[in-house]
Formats: sequence, structure tokens, C-alpha cells
Amino acid sequence: MSAAHTEAHDHHHHRPSGIMRWLTTTNHKDIGTMYLIFSLTMFFVGGVMALAIRAELFQPGLQVVNPELFNSLTTMHALIMIFGAIMPGFVGFANWLIPMMIGAPDMALPRMNNWSFWILPFAFAMLLGSLFTVGGGPASGWTLYAPLSVQGGVGVDMTILSIHMMGISSVLGAINIIVTIMNMRAPGMDLMKMPLFVWTWLITAFLLIAAMPVLAGAVTMLLTDRHFGTAFFDPAGGGDPVLFQHIFWFFGHPEVYILILPAFGIVSQIVPTFSRKPLFGYDSMVFATAGIAFLSFIVWAHHMFTVGMPLAGELFFMYATMLIAVPTGVKVFNWVATMWRGSITFETPMLFALAVVFLFTIGGLSGLMLAIVPADFQYHDTYFVVAHFHYVLFAGSIMSMMGAAYYWLPKWTGRMYSERLGKTHFWLTTIFFNLTFFPQHFLGLAGMPRRIPDYALEFTEFNVISSIGAFGLGLAQILFVYIVVQAVRGKNEKATAQVWEGADGLEWTVDSPPPYHTFETPPTVK
Amino acid sequence: MSRLFCRCRARNLLRILAATVALFPLSAYSEWGLNLPPPSSPVAARILDLHNAIMIVCLVIFVVVFGVMFYSLYAHRKSRGHQAHQFSHNSKLEVVWTVIPFLILVGMAIPSTATLLYMEDTTQSDLTVKITGYQWKWHYEYLDHDIGYFSNLSTPRAQIENREPKGEHYLLEVDNAVVLPANRKIRFLLTSNDVIHAWWIPKFGVKKDAIPGYINEFWTNVDTPGTYRGQCAELCGKDHGFMPIVADVLAPEEFDAWVEAQKPKQVASTATETQQSESDSEQVAAAVEPAREWTMDELMEHGKTVYFQCIACHGPEGQGVPPTFPPLTGSEITTGPIEDHIEIVMNGRPNTTMLPFKLQLSDEDIAAVITYERNSLGNSLGDMVQPSEIAALR
Repeated sequence: MSAAHTEAHDHHHHRPSGIMRWLTTTNHKDIGTMYLIFSLTMFFVGGVMALAIRAELFQPGLQVVNPELFNSLTTMHALIMIFGAIMPGFVGFANWLIPMMIGAPDMALPRMNNWSFWILPFAFAMLLGSLFTVGGGPASGWTLYAPLSVQGGVGVDMTILSIHMMGISSVLGAINIIVTIMNMRAPGMDLMKMPLFVWTWLITAFLLIAAMPVLAGAVTMLLTDRHFGTAFFDPAGGGDPVLFQHIFWFFGHPEVYILILPAFGIVSQIVPTFSRKPLFGYDSMVFATAGIAFLSFIVWAHHMFTVGMPLAGELFFMYATMLIAVPTGVKVFNWVATMWRGSITFETPMLFALAVVFLFTIGGLSGLMLAIVPADFQYHDTYFVVAHFHYVLFAGSIMSMMGAAYYWLPKWTGRMYSERLGKTHFWLTTIFFNLTFFPQHFLGLAGMPRRIPDYALEFTEFNVISSIGAFGLGLAQILFVYIVVQAVRGKNEKATAQVWEGADGLEWTVDSPPPYHTFETPPTVK
Repeated sequence: MSRLFCRCRARNLLRILAATVALFPLSAYSEWGLNLPPPSSPVAARILDLHNAIMIVCLVIFVVVFGVMFYSLYAHRKSRGHQAHQFSHNSKLEVVWTVIPFLILVGMAIPSTATLLYMEDTTQSDLTVKITGYQWKWHYEYLDHDIGYFSNLSTPRAQIENREPKGEHYLLEVDNAVVLPANRKIRFLLTSNDVIHAWWIPKFGVKKDAIPGYINEFWTNVDTPGTYRGQCAELCGKDHGFMPIVADVLAPEEFDAWVEAQKPKQVASTATETQQSESDSEQVAAAVEPAREWTMDELMEHGKTVYFQCIACHGPEGQGVPPTFPPLTGSEITTGPIEDHIEIVMNGRPNTTMLPFKLQLSDEDIAAVITYERNSLGNSLGDMVQPSEIAALR
């Protein structure tokens, strides 16, 4: 089918132009683009908050923000990065890529797709708006632990409502992804032939459907405790503050894998391409992903070892958590084996994928250390934990998305990005990331608690280094925007349909950029 | 030409680096600690051993796995002309790298379990101290000796707000440290009055959450006398970063002497607290002093220092943090009938973080701070209350 024919076909739809195109679109590529732009915007909003935090922590003493605002900033930074940057970012890639990877013309439920996106800007407008209310934004940490979250003003209620909206958006998106993958695969595209990105997203979607309603339950109970006289979490009324933590982390731990499984999928697409070899151990990759997803539901209490659980509980959650290292290890070994005796080149996407494998493993190993209950009593709620989860969430999730952007951008825009600038962006990001977060391991071990706006003098040096790193990391991302805009505006050399020599999969069989509607006649997969 | 340009750039870069290094405040207190602090209790020592062992295992795994990866990245590059071998399965290898990590994990789990069992055994203790977390201070109660007192941050606000140079123990100093005996097994009971806090001294190797409605247990046995410092580790609101923990560990005989020295004060204060039925009698500093008439100036001056304890919630200018913490400037309480004002300060307000301050302030403190609040912070009622009136209400 020629591109010209597709264009002609498109004209029959009389799709609206300008703002109405974006408001009313049901096209998976348009919606994917909107998700990605939204994610990038939130990445910068959350990033500015992180810089305000690092500015305050540059020196001991209070200089930039007061403690109330500091607590709001840490809370909002986390909520925005998790629900605004990482999750919508992965949904954006899913929208663009899943139909193209399985040979479907679009998502199965296009109108719902439009709705699940357009909920988000309103949800985040409300969340950000809470900063301007009397009493300020939510200040109890993104974990919203009761009874602290029962204190605070209307900003907390706005946060609860916005979390409900984000949850609805995520669940709708997840349903759409499952229905699409189950029903719209091209003839011959068996489940065990699907690209690993599709597999990881299928499993992630199930996690979303299982986990998000639990969070909705927790925050609803919080809302009724705050305003309607219930006492779910108030011991004075027969309630239990620890109950909140159990419910929250029953959502929270699967959520952690929601944030990382699609990243595993992306790495599993990029590494084979630039090693010019098929992925090693495809079947075990799928089973490892499913295994991680299962384990994610039985390890939640490792986030709360210090609440004083019974010994049997502590032992169970320690053993179960340690077990996650097995399937995660299998994944890392498979990636290394994929590179082994390949024909490796180091384009920007590959550099990012390698950094994800390397740095995520640092975060994975510190995660294993955190699972050891006696040692966790020392690490818990310190900067060691902050370092750990930035190694898995920034170096894992965010950097995988950057790699994915470089990898698929030529396909989407039909233009190559600047390889020289891409590599510069990679090295700046990697170096400043480590400068920011590696010293935080030492701070945590030395005894610096998380979520404090001011600290004792012995923590000064590493905080200075960390703050310098953070500003470098933030500034480097402006280069990323420049590179993407340059590629989108079509100034660079044209991309071929194949784009990368070693690329394999249905999305590389259509033109770059792809026609507005792809695979209206399903391809046949052998 | 371009080479010259490069050299200039390199020199500039060096200059920037030098400036960055010069920026570092390499203070005399810097410790550059890279690991857990040296342990002072058997629990902390076992945790440190466990931590170091796991750390080494993780490092070895890391070096092996990434040694293989980097060798591959070097040797199997396309630019070296390496041709890709199209293999994608090896069942034997996959079984091996599933089983070996599992065995390593079992090896880690055994010492971890042993340490955990050791830590959780709080029996046969010599002494029990009950710790209660408050927003934002700690209360210590010696259950065997009928001693109890509050412990507040003692770092002056001027240091926090950068108006004065910071002291050596900036943010890690308190007015009344918890006093503990060395070489005795001390059992701690931990709870909270409002939100969740966490009590933590790194060198003791203990961290436990203080949760309202719960009583958590842990123990320590400190091997050397000295001063040990830690902080609240669970986010508990605005001043979470400002509620340190300081323990003065004394030799056992000195500790016994300290306990004896506390007794007269305790007896004196319980004598004046005839209406107070709570068993946790408090250390009331000036209770032995006979009641006398105070002048307005005296009350105002003393009240200003006592008000320091109210700043955390009600603000240095009485502005509060609405809606959680109401302002005092022009409020119904501070400008209404003085009886209501006294009632709230002494007995607190149920279901809020406003504490019954009669438990921790003397008659003089309460009288002074009430007078201060009514005649300062933008209020000018002109009335005052005498310590004797407060004493009569106890």
C-alpha cells in the first residue's frame, strides 16, 4: 500500500484541524503524542520542584523555602513524577507502539482512549492548584500516611480528588491496552511472538487494574476520616493508623512495577537491535515479568518494617522480597547474553539502554539490601532509600523513556535526531544523575533522614555535591527538548522505514513517518 | 586553530572546576562518612556485620555481571568487525543463573534471620523507658523510677535562620537528653500522642515507629558511656527535621546517682499536683519556689522565652499555620475571656495537637506565656494572670 493512497483515504474523514483536532482525536498516534508531551511537561514541573528542594538542601539552615512548603514540594514532586511523568509517558509509548507492533489499525477503544488522556490535565491542574489554597498543598509525603494526612487543609482534599481522577484515567487506559492486545493482533501474531514491550505492557495493565482501585479505597477512607466522622485510621475511634499503610502499600508495591516493567520492555527492544541479535531467552523474559508481577502483590509490607510487625510477618516479607531478585536477575543476565557475541554499536538509544541495565542494577542491589529486615532498620526513611528509588525510577524508568524517544523518534517523525547532541545529552544526564544520587547512599548510611528541610553539619559536603549534580541534571534536560523539537521540525536527514540496521518488528515495516492510519489491512506474521 | 580553541576551553573548564571546589564548605565537622557509623551496641554491631557482608556479596555479583557485559561491549563491537552469532537460547545456562542467585539468597537469609531473632528478644531487661512522640518533641518516662520529662530541640532559631553561626551539634541538641545506663539491657516502649514519628539513634542500631494507639517495643544495650545523637525518622509534619534525639549514656553507678537526684524534684512536684490523677507525674522545674506576686514586666519578659515552645505551631509573630494551627493574633481565645485562655493552655484541646501544657510547664511558665500572648503578638488586652492563680487551678 502506498503512502499516497493512505493520504487520499485519510481525506475522507474530514478530521478537524487546530485545537479541535487534538481535543476530539481518537487516533492512537495523536493521543500517544499528547500523552508524551504531557509527560514531558510534568517532568519539567516536577523537576523544578526537585530543584527547589535541592536548593534548600544546598546548605544547612533555612534559606529558600519554609518547612511547610518544603514538605509540599517533596510530596508534589513525587506525585507529579510518578502519576504525571512516568505513568503517562509509558502510556504514550504504549499508544504509539502497541497497535503498530501487533499490526492493529488503532487501539480497540478509541473514544475511551481520548477520554483517559483528557482527564489528566484537569487532574493535575487540581493537584497543582492545591498549592495556592489556604494551608498549602499536601504535605504528608506522597504516601499520605494517616494521621498526618488528616491534618492539613482543603489542599489535601483536592489531592485526593485528583488521585481519583488519575486512577480512573489509568484504569481506562489499562483496559484499553488489554482489550487491544487480546483482540486486535494481526493473523499469526501469537502471544508468544509479541514484542517484549507489548508483553510487559500487557502485564503492567493487569497490575494497574488490580492496584489503582486499592489506592482509591485508601484515599476515600482518608477523605471520610477527614470530613465525615469515620475513624478508619484514628485509634481514638477504634481505628488503626497502620491499616492505612497496609492498604497504601498493597497498591504501592505493584505500582513500583507498573513504573518499571514497561522500561524492561523498552530495554528488551533496544538491546537486540544494536547487538544485531535476537533477544536471548524470550520465554524466560516473559515468565520473569509475570513472576515479578505476581511477587509484587505479596511483598508490600517491606515498606513498613519499622511499624512493629510480628516476627513471622517480618520474616515472610523479607523472604518474599528477596525472592524478587531471582526473576530480576534473570532479566539482567538475558540482556547481557543478548549482547554476548553480537555485533554491537553505540547509538544514543543503546547508550541509554546500557545505562538503564547498569544503573537499574545498582538500584536493584540496594533494594535487595533494603529487604534484609535488620539492616532495613538502619536504612529505613533515610537518604539511602532516596538514592535507591531514584536509581530505579530515574535511571530505570525515566532514562529508558529517553532511550525509547531516541529509538522511535525517527520512525514517528521521519527525521533522524542529531546523534552528536543525543550522545552529549546522554553523557550529561548519566554523569549528573550519578553526581546527584550516588552521594545520597552515603548520607543515608551516615544517618540523614528523608524529608527534612535542614540538616546537621556533618551532612553538608555530600548535600552540596548532590545539589550541584541536580542542577546539572535539570539543565541537561533542556538539551533533550531541543533535540526532540529539532527532529520534529524536520530539519535533519530523512529516516528510512527500517531506521536501524538491526531493527526487527512490524513498526519498522511501515514508512517513516508512518501514515495516519497504519495496518488498515492486517499484515500477516509468519 | 581548533587545537588552540580546545586548549582554551580546557583551561576554562579547569578554572570552573577550581571555582566549584572552592565553593565547598569544607568545615571542621566534616566526616565524609561512607558507611554506617561505628556501632555502640551489640545490635548495631551485628547489623553492621550483616550490612558489610551483603554489601560485599552485592559488589562481587555486580563486578562479575558487568565485567562480562563490558567485555562483550569491548570485544563484540561492530567497529572491530565482530559478526553477530544468532543464538537465543541455552536452557542449561538459564537454569544455572536461576538456581545460583537463589542459593546466594538463602545464604543471605540465614544470618539475617538470626540477627532479627536476636533483635526482637526484649525479655530480661534491666530497665524500661517509655517514649512518647509529640509534634515536635519527645517525652521520656522511666517506668521503674517514676521519672518523666519532655525533650525539645535547643538549637536557637537564629542559627536555623542563618542569623548566627551554627554550633557544633546544630539541630542535634536538646534541652533534656534521655539519660541511660551503659551495659544494661534497656527495654523501650514507644507510642505517639498525635501522628506517627520514629525514634532512631544510628549507633544503637534501633529504629522504630511511634504510632498513636500502639505500643511498640525494642531494646538496646550501650557499651560505652557518652552522648549519642539521632533524629525523628518518620515524616511528622512541619518540624519533622527539628525533633532530634539525644541520649546521655552514663556508667551504671552514675546513672543510679542521677535517678536518686531526680527523686526530690519529683516528690515536690507531685505534692503540688494534688488534683492531677495521671500517674505520669512531671518534672516541674520551679514548683519548690513559694508563690509570689509577679509584675507585668516580669511576666512579659519570662513569657517571651516560654513562647519559644509555641512558635512551632503558632508562629513567631502569632500568625499560626491556618487551617491546622490557628493564629493567636486577634483570635477569639487570646482576646476573649482570660479563663478560656487559661483553660486551653492548661488542658489542651481534645483531638488536636494542642497539648495540656500543665503537664510540662510550671505555674510561672503558664502564667507568663498567657500574659505574653495577650499583650504581644499584635494583641494588647492589658490583663495578666498570676502563677498563684494557675496553681489554684491545678
